[in-house]
Amino acid sequence: MKVKTKFGIGIAIIVITLSSLAWIGAKESKTYYHTVAELPTLNSTEMRQRIRVGGDVAAGSIQHMPGRVDFTLKEADKTLHVSYVGSDPLPDTFKDGAQALVEGRAMPDGRFVAEQVQSKCASKYEAAPGGTIPADGAPQTAPADPRS
Amino acid sequence: MSLDLFGSFALLLAFLCGIYAFCAGIAAIRTRKPLLIKSARHAGMAVCVLVWLAFASLAYLFFTDNFSMAYVVEHSNRTLATFLKFPAIWAGQEGSLLFWSFLLSIYVFSALFVYRNKHPELMPYVGVILAGIQLFFLTLNNFVVSPFKVLGLAGPNGVLQWVARGDGQGLNPLLQYPEMIIHPPVLYSGYTGFSIPFAFALAALLGRYPGEKWIHLTRRWTMIAWGFQSAGILLGAHWAYAVLGWGGYWSWDPVENASLMPWLTATAFLHSVMMQEKRGMMRVWNVWLVFITFILTILGTTLTRTGLVSSVHAFAQSDIGPWFFGFIGLIIVVCVVAYWRNRDYLRSDNTLDSLVSRESSFLFNNLILLVAVVAVLSGTLFPVLSEWVRGSKISVGAPFFNKVNLPIGLFLLFLTGVGPLLAWRKTSMASLRRNFGWPLALGIVAGGVGVALGLRNFYVIMCAILSVFVTLTILTEFFRGARVISARSGSNLLFSAGTLTLRNTRRYGGYVVHFGIVLIFIGISGAAFNQDKQMEMPVGAQMDIGPYHLTHQAFDTTQEANYSTEKATIAVDRDNRQVIMLYPEHRFYPSNQESGTMVAIYSTLKEDLYVVYAGRSPDTNQPVIHAYLNPLVKWIWLGGAIVVMGTLLALVPNQQPSFALRMAESRVPVPGSPAMAPIHVTRYESPHE
Repeated sequence: MKVKTKFGIGIAIIVITLSSLAWIGAKESKTYYHTVAELPTLNSTEMRQRIRVGGDVAAGSIQHMPGRVDFTLKEADKTLHVSYVGSDPLPDTFKDGAQALVEGRAMPDGRFVAEQVQSKCASKYEAAPGGTIPADGAPQTAPADPRS
Repeated sequence: MSLDLFGSFALLLAFLCGIYAFCAGIAAIRTRKPLLIKSARHAGMAVCVLVWLAFASLAYLFFTDNFSMAYVVEHSNRTLATFLKFPAIWAGQEGSLLFWSFLLSIYVFSALFVYRNKHPELMPYVGVILAGIQLFFLTLNNFVVSPFKVLGLAGPNGVLQWVARGDGQGLNPLLQYPEMIIHPPVLYSGYTGFSIPFAFALAALLGRYPGEKWIHLTRRWTMIAWGFQSAGILLGAHWAYAVLGWGGYWSWDPVENASLMPWLTATAFLHSVMMQEKRGMMRVWNVWLVFITFILTILGTTLTRTGLVSSVHAFAQSDIGPWFFGFIGLIIVVCVVAYWRNRDYLRSDNTLDSLVSRESSFLFNNLILLVAVVAVLSGTLFPVLSEWVRGSKISVGAPFFNKVNLPIGLFLLFLTGVGPLLAWRKTSMASLRRNFGWPLALGIVAGGVGVALGLRNFYVIMCAILSVFVTLTILTEFFRGARVISARSGSNLLFSAGTLTLRNTRRYGGYVVHFGIVLIFIGISGAAFNQDKQMEMPVGAQMDIGPYHLTHQAFDTTQEANYSTEKATIAVDRDNRQVIMLYPEHRFYPSNQESGTMVAIYSTLKEDLYVVYAGRSPDTNQPVIHAYLNPLVKWIWLGGAIVVMGTLLALVPNQQPSFALRMAESRVPVPGSPAMAPIHVTRYESPHE
């Protein structure tokens, strides 16, 4: 056999093995992003997939129950009731008004059961500087919480 | 107040000097006037000095608590400890981009200075390309995300007035950790460092620079950047492990992937470059590896800053995306055009001879590394790609990355052991048996012992076999070389191994790096045995995890200058003897209403006991403790240190043997063709550069 053919076969084996592994891995961990508004419109196949939804945590909606944490996600004028049942403690940044990304499954009754919650503060790092300066321009102590 | 403005003037001047360096450089290439070449070079150096001054002035504003600057207000406050004002400088988009320019300018200055009297054909091109890269970042620094914005307010007469605040908003608590002083500079030094090899490769191509000289230059600079990138990635992993409190060090987050991808292509380049040096092959491939590495560094910066892919710890997001995409597009166009017009310059001298040869091991190493890059890139961009192709945003998680990259990692580990011992061109069966027989046999024995002890995970068993195999082949290499030297000089083996290493630092430094990688693999394989346990633990409660017995002894709430903290005091016993007290804590920073976790870790070579105070239980208001038992994690950090040491070693110039020894060695008969020479015959490469 020619050297080039041998290399061709070797390369083909490697690439095919790894792509099939990638395909299996992707199938296992595929998560679909949906918006809060889209959730009620999903068909039954789509409902069974692993879903990730993002939104803002509605103020005052976080309720700690035994074994789960309930809260409401808001996106524009739509809301979604979420029950977090995961075993990890919720991140520090998870609080009223925070941006949260929940991952889990949609239930037929419209609730969302989340196994994972990620969140970040509605970041002050993006806040336009100078935007919260008081009119008199007097030196200030710590500015008000930009998220409020 | 004048110092507030100093930095922004320095930046503006740097931008203007950059334009001059760029244009004068192009004119110099066309006219070849020595005075113009010199003038362009000096302008390039001036850009660097001005960027340093701008950065120094930003640092000064932080250290003097100048709260009339918007950026200082956003990222610092008076009670912030002085040493934490360093990470505050690069905590946000504006500062980190200036920091980027700052580090880049250190590289650019070094390159322009070191080669000021060398490579007159090449350097003008290098200067223009580097000035071009600097101009892009200086445009951002000056006009898009300037860190020198002052707080202003329109007064009653319509005139803008200067406003100063009494205090700032403070630094993100996740960044209030000593490692954040080293990790960003080291990682950024990696990222920015790849600009230099890019400039050399593109310059050589554009100027059709004769010979392989440029590849030697490129390799050295790549090695420096690669060393920083390796250290930066591991420091980042360590920071995530010690600060984020989820018990792991790598989560295939876009930010992590962004730093890994250029590392992978640079690793591929550092190997395939030897094919070009020794056999004049793979020229096109090498040039493209350097190009792609650079593009990936810019793409990585883009990913972390533009919110293209959502990441848990993308720290800064803004609308600078179009700038970066434009820049990437421009680089790709320049690279493709430069390649297409000069492709005949890169023709290969040789072809592959055999499947079992050094060349082919490099080829497979490169192929596999490239597949890893493609996998990581497509996994990272999956949400974006799937939205384009199918209209729905789909993300893939850790199982995808692990499925592809675990076998790739093990195959690479295998090549690490095999590659260096294969002869160039063609390796005979006899030499295969001689070189690999014992190491492989002992590796399999180690694997067998593992299985007997209860190992069942296929990847872990393979990792054990390969780790033993690779370590032994590396030791054999040192032993063989050292024995030859020791026989001639009469010194002991250990000393001879040192001499051997110093005479061919690149090769033996490379082996040291390989050994570090083996340790990292061993450390990673420990993750297969991770366990964790979470429970409510009022004071007095106890928990057992692995061999450890945890007792919650006290719970304190204290008020510090910058934060308030809740701290658990946990006694750790093992075999009824107390081994350590751990203090996991949870801090709350009132200035920005954020909180941070301080993980407590008891680390041994065998395993880490990783204890997190996870907050209070919502039902009972009792403290919740989450304990993890992570085997072998320390090996990763140890391996990382060895990788860095090996890289430094490889950068040391070779020491020439004494005259008498050289005479003796020249009499050693070399069996077969030169390419077939057994590896223990010390061959001296001429020191490059």
